[in-house]
Amino acid sequence: MQASAANEIGLIARILAGEKELFHELIRPYERMVYLTLFSIVKNETEAEDGAQEAVISAYRHLSSFRGEAKFSTWLTTIAINEGRKRLRKAKGAAEESIDEQIEGQEGEYTPAPLTDWREIPLEALERKELREALRVAVAELPDIYRQVFTLRDLEELNIEETAEALGITTGAVKVRLHRARILLQKRLVPFLKTMAPARRSFFGRAR
Amino acid sequence: MKLDCKHVWEHISEYIDNSVDAKLREEIERHLEHCEICAAILDSTRNILVLTADDRTFELPIGYSERLHERLAKEMESSEKDSEKE
Repeated sequence: MQASAANEIGLIARILAGEKELFHELIRPYERMVYLTLFSIVKNETEAEDGAQEAVISAYRHLSSFRGEAKFSTWLTTIAINEGRKRLRKAKGAAEESIDEQIEGQEGEYTPAPLTDWREIPLEALERKELREALRVAVAELPDIYRQVFTLRDLEELNIEETAEALGITTGAVKVRLHRARILLQKRLVPFLKTMAPARRSFFGRAR
Repeated sequence: MKLDCKHVWEHISEYIDNSVDAKLREEIERHLEHCEICAAILDSTRNILVLTADDRTFELPIGYSERLHERLAKEMESSEKDSEKE
């Protein structure tokens, strides 16, 4: 559970007044979010962890510049995104490319795949390890701009406005990218889901 | 107006997020009642989102939290020393 906003503002005030130790408590609900944000950008566990540490240290050092206009979670996510982009630029060296310059692609690619058997897949299938693994791979393989929006919105559960603010894009762009990300994932996972669907019962079989 | 499947797909993400207007929502729902394909697409997409939000799907490296707080403690210590010097 995340601390309530009022609670959080109180915590921040106390930290700034000298109770530094409380920063541990402030950051704890967001540790996972910071790591996943970094991972969605750098796509490497070690880099993501190092980056997450840097982002948290940076948030600690600059806490006094947090003015409370945005939510603390959005502010922190912005720091994490900047750290991730910095690492990406370093890795790419001179061949730097802006994340937003990627081509958005053709509309036709974003058509979902039909799966008429889905309703027959038992809920337990969602518990399967292999399905989770397939989803991880599919998310990792999404184009960067889609993966980042998807991570913030569906994994970290920021709302559309917060996602737009953190990434510095419009809410319209968030909606389009999110839609495409979800459709691409649906498409990627359908063949996998089909193998899990039990064989269709015949008409006679059902009548029994 | 009767919606075709393609039109439903275009709005599936917004439908899931509950951000389509009431009229469109009603039209989509009417379509879903008789279209097994779209209903299955909606279900599968929703289930992917459920799976995404499941903490077991995207796990953190073992010891991540401990290392993070250790690093933070060191940072606090060194910033303390710095402020003492001032």
